[in-house]
Amino acid sequence: MTYKVTEEGNVSTVFLNGEIDMDVTDKAKEVILPIVDSGKEVHLNLKDVQYMDSSGISVLIESHQRALEKNTKVVIKEVSKSVLKVIMMAKLEQILNLE
Amino acid sequence: MNLSESKDFLVSTASLKEVRVFSRDVFEKINLPQDQKDELVLAIAEAAQNIVKHGYKGIKETSDRMEIKISLKDGELEIGFFDKGKKVVPENVQHRKLDDIKPGGLGTFFIKQIMDNAVFKKDQTGWVNHLILTKKI
Repeated sequence: MTYKVTEEGNVSTVFLNGEIDMDVTDKAKEVILPIVDSGKEVHLNLKDVQYMDSSGISVLIESHQRALEKNTKVVIKEVSKSVLKVIMMAKLEQILNLE
Repeated sequence: MNLSESKDFLVSTASLKEVRVFSRDVFEKINLPQDQKDELVLAIAEAAQNIVKHGYKGIKETSDRMEIKISLKDGELEIGFFDKGKKVVPENVQHRKLDDIKPGGLGTFFIKQIMDNAVFKKDQTGWVNHLILTKKI
């Protein structure tokens, strides 16, 4: 997994790339959670994530819940078809902010 | 079409990608919709992840290996997982309730959603756990 972060005003966009599994979840959290903790709105762009398993879904849930605690939000952008299917299998499409 | 292929992997999170590559390679040989192949790869990866995460909980590094065997016979897909981790008590293998939104606890749910059956067998030799996932395809 690789990533890129861009900033615009109070929004940080994290572009994740590759496959998100248990092997890379710590790395993903190290990128996302400090931005959430800073109070910024985080846009997670998943257009280049071709595979995500339950560990990746856990990162999305943890980021979303942490954002609620910090009175900000995590928005999931351009989710790929394969990842959307996993999100829907977990019945999280109404819980997470998908755009 | 019938086939049977197996491969062993180091018990490590770093092996999970290899598990997916192996599974995808096998499913390339089977005539199935891509969506279904992707689901099956997810189920296999989740079961392998459970071995690493739960079977070897508290163990930072191991030289142990796990084996995955994918067989197709007469329209039934059987995927076997063999490991030497902590003995699994099948009754304790449960996923979290879906409306209890929190990180974790979804891997087993995904497996149950995707596969027809998941059974731990007791007849293995040399292994501690032998999980069999089956699905009619």
